[in-house]
Amino acid sequence: MSETSIDIRALNLFYGDFQALTDIHLSIPARQITALIGPSGCGKSTLLRVFNRMNDLIDGVRVTGEVVINGKNIFAPGIDLLSLREKVGMVFQRPNPFPLTVYENIVFGLAVHRLARRNEYADIVEQALRSVLLWDDLKERLHHSALTLSLEQQQRLCIARVLPLKPQILLMDEPCSALDPSATLHIEDLMRELKKDYTIVIVTHNMHQASRASDRTGFLYLGKLIEFDDTVTIFTKPAQTMTENYISGRFG
Amino acid sequence: MKSVQARKLKEWVIEKSILLSGIFSVVFVLLIFLFLLREGFSLFRGESVIDFLFGKSWYPISDPPRFGILPLILGSLLVTLGAAAISVPIGIAAALFIAEIAPLRLREALKAGIELLAAIPSVVIGFIGMITLGPWIKNLFNIPTGLTALTGSVTLAFMAMPTIVSIAEDAITAVPRQYREAAIAMGATQWQTTWRIVARAARPGMLAAVMLGIGRVIGETMAVMMVTGNAAVIPTGFLQPVRTLTATIAAEMGESVQGGPHYAALFAIGIVLFIITFLINGVADLFLHRSRR
Repeated sequence: MSETSIDIRALNLFYGDFQALTDIHLSIPARQITALIGPSGCGKSTLLRVFNRMNDLIDGVRVTGEVVINGKNIFAPGIDLLSLREKVGMVFQRPNPFPLTVYENIVFGLAVHRLARRNEYADIVEQALRSVLLWDDLKERLHHSALTLSLEQQQRLCIARVLPLKPQILLMDEPCSALDPSATLHIEDLMRELKKDYTIVIVTHNMHQASRASDRTGFLYLGKLIEFDDTVTIFTKPAQTMTENYISGRFG
Repeated sequence: MKSVQARKLKEWVIEKSILLSGIFSVVFVLLIFLFLLREGFSLFRGESVIDFLFGKSWYPISDPPRFGILPLILGSLLVTLGAAAISVPIGIAAALFIAEIAPLRLREALKAGIELLAAIPSVVIGFIGMITLGPWIKNLFNIPTGLTALTGSVTLAFMAMPTIVSIAEDAITAVPRQYREAAIAMGATQWQTTWRIVARAARPGMLAAVMLGIGRVIGETMAVMMVTGNAAVIPTGFLQPVRTLTATIAAEMGESVQGGPHYAALFAIGIVLFIITFLINGVADLFLHRSRR
């Protein structure tokens, strides 16, 4: 049994009166790729945003249960959200590099958390860009606006800018839905590369992506975790008929 | 078939009349400028442009008259710089607070308040400056008169503020949510997000706000005439009376002889003002366009 990175126990989440997640129990293994799938509105993105508590930005959110990362319940009082988000990085659906230069995008996290001295920045930037295979493309354009990059490059940059924070967990919210098929495959390759060092949780609409890229898959429906297992098992012999109906395209 | 024709005709009429109104507004500006040129240019038959712009004395009714507007230019500049130094930091801070920090209800109240500030006639602001601010400054610094460049700057700062706040606030609100989300998700605090990301992204729009605010200050006449003391001397500090370009035109136009050199000199001042505001608006426009890209 591999090491557990995120342990979710009896998690319920409410937006006002609406219950978006119901009694979720789930252990996400470390240094593997876990995919969350399910039809729109099933709560998979909401669940992802529980792990770095981005749901806190929405008014009227209420959570019960426990989510344990590094031995600490992240919903316990007195938890430091800023250091939680330092350790749990996020990549969004649409590439959203800051409207700054490539270089400034990557040092933003360092500056915010005071993680390095200025004379170390250049090395860290190079390392981060190398990890996402952008260095050779961008080493001449470090001081150009990040908005001039292609969408795929922007998304890679968005992955690169969280790496200097040395996160343990990378959350990816449909990271390829704005990209073309070849860029999608490139990002999936990159994810396989990154899982050596990081726990990756990816939300995806694309079942092919889940089956290609992930080690484990969780299927959510109407806020409940219907099934969670090895990706191969989920896609070949799921235990639940609902899972089977979904992955075979009978609904969703 | 007939109805299609009619619709096309209607479309054509609407299109052309909109085009025409657009052209008219440009034509009016051109005509105003031409009028200014025609009336003001006769001055330069007897006076060199250099003497006019850099002459140190403005004695339009002495004999021979002297038409040097350097004291007026410096007066306008001083009052404007002072007003900008007060209104820009406060205006930008207010805009950031309203757009990023204030809770919804307070935001609505503040925006309404600022719009109200914009609606106060300039003569009323000038009146308040003259009656309350002037004596206060006089006593505070123990100077012979409270009608000084500083009084003008403070008064005009109040008039520039609504422009700066509302345009800067628009620019800040227009910054896409996804930038804020990304910064928050990286563990940035609210202030780090606001200052390092949102304010940076909104910078062109905020610069445009500042330029338009300054444009408003330079063109302002009534309030500034009431509170600056109107002494046409080269200013050496904020605590003495100054006279601005605008106040000079307003104060002296009534007593000048139409077609005479004094009259022409006032129009020439108008040309200078026109060029200054044109440049400022041009720069502001440049920033606004850049921010929309």
